[in-house]
Amino acid sequence: MNTTTREANMDAAHIEESNEHHEAHPTGIKRWLFTTNHKDIGTLYLWFSFIMFLTGGAMAMVIRAELFQPGLQLVEPNFFNQMTTVHGLIMVFGAVMPAFTGLANWLIPMMIGAPDMALPRMNNWSFWILPFAFTILLSSLFMEGGGPNFGWTFYAPLSTTYSPDSTALFVFSIHIMGISSIMGAINVVVTIVNMRAPGMSWMKLPLFVWTWLITAFLLIAVMPVLAGVVTMVLTDKYFGTSFFDAAGGGDPVMFQHIFWFFGHPEVYIMILPSFGIISAIVPAFSRKRLFGYSSMVYATASIAILSFLVWAHHMFTTGMPVFAELFFMYCTMLIAVPTGVKVFNWVATMWRGSLSFETPMLFAIAFIILFTIGGFSGLMLAITPVDFQYHDTYFVVAHFHYVLVTGAIFSIMAAAYYWLPKWTGHMYDEKLGKLHFWCSVISVNVLFFPMHFLGLAGMPRRIPDYAIQFADVNQIVSIGGFAFGLSQFIFLALVIKCIKGGEKAPAKPWDGAEGLEWTLPSPAPYHSFSTPPEVK
Amino acid sequence: MSRPSATSNRKLIIWLMTGAIGMFGFGFALVPLYDVLCEQLGINGKTQSTASTYKPMTIDTSRVITVEFMANIQQDMPWEFTPEVKRMQVHPGELVRTNFNAKSLALATTVGQAIPSVSPGQGAAYFNKTECFCFNQQLLAAQSSAALPLIFYVDPDLPDTISTLTLSYTLYNITDKGYVGAVEQGAAK
Repeated sequence: MNTTTREANMDAAHIEESNEHHEAHPTGIKRWLFTTNHKDIGTLYLWFSFIMFLTGGAMAMVIRAELFQPGLQLVEPNFFNQMTTVHGLIMVFGAVMPAFTGLANWLIPMMIGAPDMALPRMNNWSFWILPFAFTILLSSLFMEGGGPNFGWTFYAPLSTTYSPDSTALFVFSIHIMGISSIMGAINVVVTIVNMRAPGMSWMKLPLFVWTWLITAFLLIAVMPVLAGVVTMVLTDKYFGTSFFDAAGGGDPVMFQHIFWFFGHPEVYIMILPSFGIISAIVPAFSRKRLFGYSSMVYATASIAILSFLVWAHHMFTTGMPVFAELFFMYCTMLIAVPTGVKVFNWVATMWRGSLSFETPMLFAIAFIILFTIGGFSGLMLAITPVDFQYHDTYFVVAHFHYVLVTGAIFSIMAAAYYWLPKWTGHMYDEKLGKLHFWCSVISVNVLFFPMHFLGLAGMPRRIPDYAIQFADVNQIVSIGGFAFGLSQFIFLALVIKCIKGGEKAPAKPWDGAEGLEWTLPSPAPYHSFSTPPEVK
Repeated sequence: MSRPSATSNRKLIIWLMTGAIGMFGFGFALVPLYDVLCEQLGINGKTQSTASTYKPMTIDTSRVITVEFMANIQQDMPWEFTPEVKRMQVHPGELVRTNFNAKSLALATTVGQAIPSVSPGQGAAYFNKTECFCFNQQLLAAQSSAALPLIFYVDPDLPDTISTLTLSYTLYNITDKGYVGAVEQGAAK
């Protein structure tokens, strides 16, 4: 197949332009601004996500410093609220989601034997609007009256009647993030559906590709709902509508229904690609094939479908009818079944495998154990009668940090270690990697595990001050928090060291690894598969 | 599998974009859907927003339902707002009249809108109002007061599990919202 046809296939609208630029590599800043290469864009996404991870992390440090002892020491309560809000927004939309999109950009074309993403120009756009979204969001913190302070869930009327003047900036930044995610998701779907190498049938797709395909459909389904609900907040606040204002015939509880209709699938958007990553790493370091491939695919799909039927488990205390509480409780518990299928499949993959414990595998195993802890506390929260005790306490905070930090973020770390040799062409420093792992895994548990007890003892979330009996445990939690934050600089140092040099990585640095990406040399060439590979 | 043609890419993009735009619309469609569901199923404590007509019916004197009244005001509402009686015993099917007293403390004309809510939520569908000040916006001149009438009956089909109904009104200040057709209440007492 010649170059012209391939380019035409990628983007019919600009065939001529494509050809002109094909071999010209702009250098310096222009390379990054104008790039349509999936690897460049993947790299941009990953660095952006890491910067946001540190930014959101810095806010977490402010929160933990304030909570180090009872009383108000360091920050005003209003600023504290802005920190919890923006920490959540940054970590969800700035750190976890772009990291997964970055991984998708880097890996999906290589995994399915395609030369690039299907829509390279849209790809460039979907990345480059993100920095603007977060600049808008972060700049609102410096406005008079402060930035968003209503929690990342922006419940009405906190975000309408009682919100700061900067709320419009918050709304527009969410709009831009949503557009970026939707464009990214469309690109992923089109790439996977139309660009697979000959012979790459659906049930031969690597699980990372499968999980991302399903994630992309979730994104297309729910990001517009988020855009809709922020638009309603905008018009309620500035244009006199009454979607959520009871005085005008609206209902603030309806906000929660619409928000969580987006919010619960969003939770799975942030974990399904993790399942794909773990399903790649565990077999590689167990030197066995993945146990139960097809059940993994079906489990992922069932989790995605069920995610639309469980949103109201976030709102058990809003006074729902008993029937609805039971319905949402049972549906939520049902999700434990496909999730259990996955966890058991990973364990069965390791069973009698020839295991070795390089850093990616360590992170993957920690993921399996700690994500399961987060899953179990989720099951506890699903039980309606006890949720009345746990609701809005630190138990909830512990739960979602276990699934998002030791779940999503650990899987992203595992992915970074696993594919770094392919990306940079160098092996990373294994000693430094292990140091990063052990520092992280110990500190993260010191940070989040005691939060369960704080919650059970009744400490509410999102408060800058607390009753004196919580002082000791909060101190331990804060120390864990500072240690976890500092540990991430080891990772930064390791990545920089790996980019600059190190032992030359072979095409396939992990002897048990499978997949088309390992047939390419390391570092992967600028254009992945110029001729489609043969898939057996 | 062959390499994609530009048209197959475009077709898929159009489908996906349509899906995204459709879901944006669905987000807004949830608003009326939510209202209809709440009203039809009588959940969320939402009572009907128009007057129901009372047809003479057998009064079930064997049952006594306690009806409690609550009045809340939003913090920026310069009115005093209280039920005339805090609780009463009624029989299902019996037509009952009571008043809420409103007194404006403001120095200018103010307009209020009362929003009812019935607890337990499952009882809302059985609480019928033939006349209610909450069906209209209420306008009070500065420093004046008024008795706001409420006429209701409890449907005899009310489930046996419910013996107490609490009717709560929250009064909102909508003076700045460009009200239409507010009912002006009588002169100052």
